[in-house]
Amino acid sequence: MAVGRATVESPPVVPSPRHPVTPSPSVWRQMRKQWSAYLFLAPTMALFAVFTVLAVVYAFYLSFHEWNILEPEKPYVGLDNYARLLGDGRFGGAILNTLYYTAVSVPLTMGIGLAIALLLNAQIRARGFFRTLFYLPVVTPLVIAAIIWKWLYAGDFGLLNYYLIQLRIIDEPLLWLSDPNLAMPAVIITSVWKSVGFSMVVYLAGLQSIPEDYYDAAKVDGASAQQRLKDITIPLLSSTTLFLAVISVLGALQVFTEIFIMTNGGPLRRTTTMVYHIYQTAFENFDMGYASAMAFGMFAMMFAFTLVQLRVMRGEVEY
Amino acid sequence: MAVAESHVGETGRGRIRPFPVTRHPSPDTLSWVGKLLIYAVLVVGGVIFVAPFVWMVSGSVQNIGDIFRWPPQWIPRNPTLDNYARFFETQRIGRFFLNSAYVAIAVTFLQLLLASLAAYAFAKRQFPGRDALFLLTLGTMMIPGQVTLIPTYIILKHVPFFGGNDWLGQGGHGWLDSYWGLIVPQGASAFAIFLLRQYMRTIPNDLLDAARIDGASELRIWAQIVMPLCRPALAALGIFTFTYQWDNFYWPLVIVSSEDLRTLPLGLALFVVRNRTAWDLLMAGSVVATLPVLIVFLIFQRHFVRGIAMSGLK
Repeated sequence: MAVGRATVESPPVVPSPRHPVTPSPSVWRQMRKQWSAYLFLAPTMALFAVFTVLAVVYAFYLSFHEWNILEPEKPYVGLDNYARLLGDGRFGGAILNTLYYTAVSVPLTMGIGLAIALLLNAQIRARGFFRTLFYLPVVTPLVIAAIIWKWLYAGDFGLLNYYLIQLRIIDEPLLWLSDPNLAMPAVIITSVWKSVGFSMVVYLAGLQSIPEDYYDAAKVDGASAQQRLKDITIPLLSSTTLFLAVISVLGALQVFTEIFIMTNGGPLRRTTTMVYHIYQTAFENFDMGYASAMAFGMFAMMFAFTLVQLRVMRGEVEY
Repeated sequence: MAVAESHVGETGRGRIRPFPVTRHPSPDTLSWVGKLLIYAVLVVGGVIFVAPFVWMVSGSVQNIGDIFRWPPQWIPRNPTLDNYARFFETQRIGRFFLNSAYVAIAVTFLQLLLASLAAYAFAKRQFPGRDALFLLTLGTMMIPGQVTLIPTYIILKHVPFFGGNDWLGQGGHGWLDSYWGLIVPQGASAFAIFLLRQYMRTIPNDLLDAARIDGASELRIWAQIVMPLCRPALAALGIFTFTYQWDNFYWPLVIVSSEDLRTLPLGLALFVVRNRTAWDLLMAGSVVATLPVLIVFLIFQRHFVRGIAMSGLK
């Protein structure tokens, strides 16, 4: 195949792609010579062009229009959707619920994950076995995890209530998912159970990249185990922590499946999160324009969160 | 060839290693009290983590009367497979199962194919516009699915010549409620491209140049040199993508409307919504839906862990 083209292409011959602003003849020659590279990229770029670039532009267009998908007209409404967003108590409530969920579930998941990773990193037997145990919920489909926990939370016959009563922590069965104040904590517990294993594995990988010499040196200097944890382990894990924090927060801000299965956003909309609210607006009320505006609002929040995290933590990352 | 492979596999990848193979000696030599304490915490934690699974399996083989018994029966009194039989009868779970498998396998295959082609171009080719296209690829990772969801739904609705649409994409439902719609929009993954590109960069250029001198086409170099060398990365990525897709719920929920196309998570979720108390059938269905990923995980554990190490320790 293509024997004629099979010349050696050593990289330094290639003109730097940064310089030419207007395509010069040499760029064209280069493009023709490397035609197959574009072919390799074509299917991927076609999909990105349609389902990301075009989609984002279209979403932006929609957010300035009012459109019920069942009707052909899409009247232009300017910034109305965004203005409506600012005064929408329901969306505000959804934001607060999402922040509550994120603020509690992410630190819990990462903290417990770190604790287990530290325990597993000690000189113990069967660490592979324990690692597998704690990782099992991660590979369980989220829908199934939500179904199992919904059952565990059941009011009068739920397993959780039974053991809490046995341990004399509560006297009466709690109506976990139908109590406005308990529903979100219940969802959070499920999410933590589901994702602790992921934090654990990432932290384990981080722990194993810390050079042993640091600990030896600290021991020579007489540092206690707590000091070593506080002054060596935790700081040297900061890049792992940053990575986990960013992706966990992004994931938590988009929580949906647990809510859909366990609470349907209730009781009293107390577990209606942003994504659930957008889902309802778009696919139950068919208010596509307004839902698109919400999606951009959410995008802005996620972007801001990530920037803040990077800014705050960059100073702390040690290597 | 063999030399190059071992080079790439062991030293070339630097930090990416299948991790607990090398035991990292702990900072402390623990007293036996400390060790006992660690085991105690791990065992209690492990029991709490596994209990929900045991309860699910236990519930799936009890009849509805025993399930609601108080105190709870962990060991079934009258174990029965009746729930499974009934669930398979009332729900078209066999169909859901095949749908899930078909979509997950197709998306995995498509992603690995397209991503490895693109990653090869990004990692090992010099061509005008490469950096810009790579930046665009990374940029797509910034866009949350929520933003593109509604437009993607509308775009799929207007795919011409499908689902009763004319050439302008009007009149029918296009790729909505079809396997096409479930599979194609997920075919390109920036994450997969990035991961494979990082991996491919460690392949020595001499190897590829030698093949070029011998007259091999780029396609052939990709297929016969690059792909075999990337096997560990492809395996890790493939397993990752498969379990992710097996778990996928939001997208099928949005675009599937006919029962024939429901995937397992969607089928079970809609079953919960409609039959709030049929816990006996639900537990049987949950076991059926969990088993495949659990088996895949237990067999390929090493790759899972490596996949996380690859993505987490860039």
